[in-house]
Amino acid sequence: MSFINYSSREINCKIVYYGPGLCGKTTNLQYIYAKTNPEAKGKMISLETETERTLFFDFLPLSLGEIRGFKTRFHLYTVPGQVFYDASRKLILKGVDGVVFVADSQVERMDANVESLENLRDNLREQGYDLDKLPYVVQYNKRDLPTAVDADYLRQALNPTRVPDYEAVATTGIGVFDTLKAVAKQVLIELKRGR
Amino acid sequence: MNSQMVLYEEEYNLVVGICDALHRDASAKAVFLVDKNGQLLAASGETGDLDTTSLASLTAGNIAATGGLAQLLGEKEFAIQFHEGERDNVHISLVGQRVILVIIFDQRSSLGLVRLRVKKASVELAGVFETINAKAQEHGSTVFSEITDDDIDNLFGDM
Repeated sequence: MSFINYSSREINCKIVYYGPGLCGKTTNLQYIYAKTNPEAKGKMISLETETERTLFFDFLPLSLGEIRGFKTRFHLYTVPGQVFYDASRKLILKGVDGVVFVADSQVERMDANVESLENLRDNLREQGYDLDKLPYVVQYNKRDLPTAVDADYLRQALNPTRVPDYEAVATTGIGVFDTLKAVAKQVLIELKRGR
Repeated sequence: MNSQMVLYEEEYNLVVGICDALHRDASAKAVFLVDKNGQLLAASGETGDLDTTSLASLTAGNIAATGGLAQLLGEKEFAIQFHEGERDNVHISLVGQRVILVIIFDQRSSLGLVRLRVKKASVELAGVFETINAKAQEHGSTVFSEITDDDIDNLFGDM
């Protein structure tokens, strides 16, 4: 649910990065944080466990510039990927404007990808959203790893509706901004349509 | 699904006015109004040194987690939270199921005074947010229907 403030002329939108544990959601945000001008970003917050696994969420506020005199701000969130944090994941999806599903390309994580994607659909449905009607992109991360499966195979398994998808290596930044750009664009187009 | 939150000048000024009055009447350091989804709606008082964006996001996360906890225990919600620090204290409450009112105060005030003033301000705020909701459903976001694809593309020029 975007927030438009006519008084301060601001548009605020919420984008959530979803995916199985250790797929690279936090790494996506860390890369964006590292490569963005200081004036365009706020502080990145990570609520994590002692072993640096996401416990509740990561949060990164980002300013993209002005559109028709309105400052556009995107609030990027990640969810905790581990299966047993489902209650927290549901909370973070509240008020979402766009979703990025980060898949782990490694063959041994295929089941986890499929399970997480089903979990995303279920949790969105519970909040009254339909993934097929939301701004949504898929990222196939960890393309550099030796056990990465073919992108076409991933596409067939994880992107049956053929939304925009990107191959990525989040640690080095490949595909990270393409993914963000694609989802942010869809969010603004939705805003234009007036939903 | 919640509808989009649109804050027009008129209601924004009303909301800020209520926050200013609460800041003064409760002898608070700062007053914040945050959307349940983590967007900062208004702020009043000594906000200069604070990272208000992060504060808004974490408050919303806090309220969401507490709400989840309440449901597990069969409660509708825990409408009020109070965090006591060595110097500063934080009073967090839900207004009209939609927005979160955050008061930061120190020894210049007291929990009793804050609670009293929050009660009054909450009623006023709930009224304004009813108007805001009604307006949002009526108008939609007409300004943005004029956005062109080029406008959107230009935004990503340097990315």
